[in-house]
Amino acid sequence: MIKLENLTKAFETPAGAVVAADRINMDVADGEICVLLGPSGCGKTTTLKMINRLIEPTSGKIYINEKDTDRYDPVELRRTIGYVIQQIGLFPNMTVEENVCVVPRLLGWDRDKARHRASELLATINLDPALFLKRYPKELSGGQQQRVGVARALAADPPVLLMDEPFGAIDPINREVIQDEFLRMHRRLRKTVMFVSHDIDEAVKMADKIAIFRAGKLEQFDSPDNVLAHPANDFIRDFVGSDRTLKRLRLVKVRDAVHAQSPRVQITDDLGRAAAVMADEGYDFVVVVDLEGRPHGYIDRQAARERSGPCAEHRAPLPATLRLDDDLRAAVSTMFMHDVRWLACVDGNGAFAGFVTQRGITRLLGRTYREPGTAAH
Amino acid sequence: MAIRSVMSGRWVPALALLAAFALGVAAQRGGIIDQIGKYRGDIAFLAQQHMKLVGISGGLAIAIGVPLGTWLSRPRMRRAAESIMQALNLGSTIPTLAVLALSMSLLGIGVVPAIFGLWAASLLPIVRNTYAGMLGVPTHFIEAGTGMGMRPLQVLAGVELPNALYVMFAGIRTALAINVGTAPLAFLIGGGGLGELIFTGIDLNEPGMMLAGAIPTAILAVLVDFAVGVLAFWAVPRGVNPLR
Repeated sequence: MIKLENLTKAFETPAGAVVAADRINMDVADGEICVLLGPSGCGKTTTLKMINRLIEPTSGKIYINEKDTDRYDPVELRRTIGYVIQQIGLFPNMTVEENVCVVPRLLGWDRDKARHRASELLATINLDPALFLKRYPKELSGGQQQRVGVARALAADPPVLLMDEPFGAIDPINREVIQDEFLRMHRRLRKTVMFVSHDIDEAVKMADKIAIFRAGKLEQFDSPDNVLAHPANDFIRDFVGSDRTLKRLRLVKVRDAVHAQSPRVQITDDLGRAAAVMADEGYDFVVVVDLEGRPHGYIDRQAARERSGPCAEHRAPLPATLRLDDDLRAAVSTMFMHDVRWLACVDGNGAFAGFVTQRGITRLLGRTYREPGTAAH
Repeated sequence: MAIRSVMSGRWVPALALLAAFALGVAAQRGGIIDQIGKYRGDIAFLAQQHMKLVGISGGLAIAIGVPLGTWLSRPRMRRAAESIMQALNLGSTIPTLAVLALSMSLLGIGVVPAIFGLWAASLLPIVRNTYAGMLGVPTHFIEAGTGMGMRPLQVLAGVELPNALYVMFAGIRTALAINVGTAPLAFLIGGGGLGELIFTGIDLNEPGMMLAGAIPTAILAVLVDFAVGVLAFWAVPRGVNPLR
């Protein structure tokens, strides 16, 4: 979808030429979010701005949808690429509606179609059109402004979105909310997104691919899990941080970590049955489920051995349950909170779907180190 | 509501008006009002001439000053612009009477040198404020506009100008205040206007005649200032207008 080929930018300065981007090669597939990551002055923003030709490359090629962007008038090209900047850049002299309609109007849409599109977009970013269309940017909070900024970039439904630290100026709590909202929107719209960030956590959360830059060079271009698990060099190792393996927890869903054979007993079974299941499966606990499959506590090995009677009477309560869509960070956090080594998981209907164990998680995360070059999931 | 916010903080002309009124009452008792009344015909004629001077010179100053200031604010002019602005700032320290005198020595006597002199005196604040207003537009607005596919002229008209408008209007207001205040001096170089009554009244030691020129001049100044204020109130988009 977006292909950068030996993209290079050298700036002439009084002190001599400075190479801001040095033979960058990247290939970002349709519908992917690629995060350009690195410290300030590493060339990530320069690379982004070369894609919509706000900065003219010194050499190299950019292809969008297999088409060489050199063949287009830069202005026409930019109208087909959504653009969001950190300072948001909503025009203060225009209402929210006028701001969102900028590109549709540039493309010559008629007024009604553009207005209709504006209220449709506002609804998707959870701002009531009736309330917000006629407001001016100064009448919105920072978070609302940035959401309108994203809506404005999406107004003409461009296939490609360039975002230059879009959530950098928003407070941490709102940033999480807006990131989640953006990811939800992205799952539906499947735009190809180039996203500049200097925050590794944001990158891990948002990215399908991470491109790490240093001093104009692309140091590593890989999936978030590989960047965290297999940093290409010491610079990246330092940049992603010493807790990089913990960061990987966020990349794996509980769904991918549940034990395939998670033993269970019916609430009507007796303890003898529970003991037999534990012995067969090699666990020292077993989850008790009702007829609908919902979990109702568990039996541990000691209880099964020392007591007798129906499971219903001897089950211990589950401290918490996880959902399959939770990430492992939440899972581990819940385990630590309740001081347990395993947790039961439920599916969308509340039925027991298996459990995750600390041992299972460490094995899952460790697999990539035992088989170099493969991702953990 | 509109009028109140335009007047807020601008009570000085109102106070001046009040003082003039008090003066008028005193003058009435002294019979000066009757003397002023004698010049009714002159006032009408000269006020028209006066307004023509102000209108033409002020209009030309806006017509030239706004594009000039805009042009100086373009990125490729940035370096030259600073020295040009310095020169213009230096120019604005020349007393307006001197500007008129210079204009007369250049263009002779009559309406043309008067208009030229008034134009030169009111050009500077307009250029200066247009330039400052344009530079004051944050670059990320321009970047956002360009990045979305606006052409340079579309960025100028749709983003830069509306956001600079408030500062520009302040310059126009200052310029017209200078203009109206200087216009009576136009009489000294044969430009006519209400200055004729003022200066002749002074020379003949005839307060009635002098006031017949001075009072309409003052009223005109207040009206022009008020008109520009109202115009700024409505012309500057609500999102960037601190008064709305």
